[in-house]
Amino acid sequence: MNILEIGELSVRIAGSHILQGVTFGVAPHGVTALLGRNGVGKTTTLKAVLGLLPPKAELAGDVRLAGAPITRQPTHRLVRDGLGYVPEDRGVFGGLTVAENLRLAERPGGDPDYNRVYGLFPELHRRGRQRAGTLSGGQQQMLAIGRVLLNPNRLLLIDEPTKGLAPKVVSEVAAALHAVAQVVPMLLVEQNLAVVRRLAQDAVVIANGRVAYTGRANDLLDYTEKTKALLGVGKGEHA
Amino acid sequence: MSTVVLLTLTGLGLAALYFLVASGLALVFGLADVLNFAHGLFLSVGAYGTWWASDHLPGAGPSGWGFVLAVVFGVVCGTVVAALVELVLIRPLYRRTIEQVLVTVGLSLAGVALLQASWGSDPKPYPRPQWTQQLTSIAGARVPNDRFLLIGAAVAVLAGLLAFLKYTRIGLVIRAGVEDRSMVTALGIDVRRAFTLVFAIGGAAAALAGALGGVYAGSISPTGGSSLLIFGFIVVVIGGMGSVTGAAYAAVAVGLLQQFVNYNWSGLGDICVVALLAVVLLVRPQGITGKVATS
Repeated sequence: MNILEIGELSVRIAGSHILQGVTFGVAPHGVTALLGRNGVGKTTTLKAVLGLLPPKAELAGDVRLAGAPITRQPTHRLVRDGLGYVPEDRGVFGGLTVAENLRLAERPGGDPDYNRVYGLFPELHRRGRQRAGTLSGGQQQMLAIGRVLLNPNRLLLIDEPTKGLAPKVVSEVAAALHAVAQVVPMLLVEQNLAVVRRLAQDAVVIANGRVAYTGRANDLLDYTEKTKALLGVGKGEHA
Repeated sequence: MSTVVLLTLTGLGLAALYFLVASGLALVFGLADVLNFAHGLFLSVGAYGTWWASDHLPGAGPSGWGFVLAVVFGVVCGTVVAALVELVLIRPLYRRTIEQVLVTVGLSLAGVALLQASWGSDPKPYPRPQWTQQLTSIAGARVPNDRFLLIGAAVAVLAGLLAFLKYTRIGLVIRAGVEDRSMVTALGIDVRRAFTLVFAIGGAAAALAGALGGVYAGSISPTGGSSLLIFGFIVVVIGGMGSVTGAAYAAVAVGLLQQFVNYNWSGLGDICVVALLAVVLLVRPQGITGKVATS
């Protein structure tokens, strides 16, 4: 059974029908990449799952986490139920220190796994007292990922983790995500197809508000014509 | 020299009142995005609660520990009213900005009407401990003690708020929420719980401003809260939405400017404050410190 099932998900924001009946599932292991050209609704899909759409957005459809319906549940409850989220803009609190950003993610009565976080990202331990707003883009991304890894998760939703990062940092972040994916399944929005090839087993492509492809990630990426048709780029390029 | 000292301490006393009003406004706006026009009501409740308690509450009175008890009663009243306003009126209206403004404006008008209906519209003589009327000599200036009371109270509130924001879990949530509320919820935190607390803290600070403002002015009236609220809003805008420290800086700037200008050109102080507001909006629209809860 899939860990996440999205059925006939439709989202309309300010008159624009962004998602028009999106249906797909996320496997209970490994990484499922959510792909598509800019503006097709990948981020909107993640936000719809998490209940983070703007107040006036119209939402329809069915979303299930491990079989249980979660549509329209409050975001904080979904996260506590095991949906970890790393947003596109990283969402670190620039005015807080690195340690405070991590402390904020601790759950009352929980057992935050700092060993796991500092094991993956030792830089965060060294920079605990530094304001997050002064970190580099890569360090902020590590903090954003580290923050969700403090707690046990059933599924991670990660939105463009390598966007705007230097190639060396992209490689570090991809390695960290690869390690994380051995433990917890992941729905990954990513434009860098080399990273997708490295991490993802499955792929879902959204085009024109609908799902245009579901299947093995390599099958899509190896078939250059299909990749070009759906994503507008060749393999190894950025979508 | 003595005139400068007197004007400075009087300006700082006034700044203390502005800060007490503005700190709560800043936190409420910064975290919950609520423009609370009913904030002046919390101030009036604090003032009238203290005034009423000094006459009727057993153990309370117009001087000594009796006055402290009366002030505590007024502050508790303001805190409870603020928490109730958030729970009953504001909470159903989050994300509905226009309705929030209408409700809080309506509530502030209804509050004034209720106070007038209960105790009349004339100013009421306010209980003032005798020592606050006495003068202290500093550098040749004879300064009324109530200025020191106001400044001390504001400094204590500022220190308490900063410590609360820095060292407590809920303070951390508030600071993060001022930066990005939806991201706080995306970390599994029900940020709405913090809204009630922030309203209560803001109500307590405003009620304290009402209680001590009565000592400063010597009387209270149903419309006193609205007058101070205007300067509270100005201080919040100049200081930066959501910033307690910014509110403190801005309150000092506004209080001193008002006093010194009024001394030299009677009646022009308020105009200069509005001019300062205009300059800040033009040059630095995010205010002195921007939207950060502590600095």
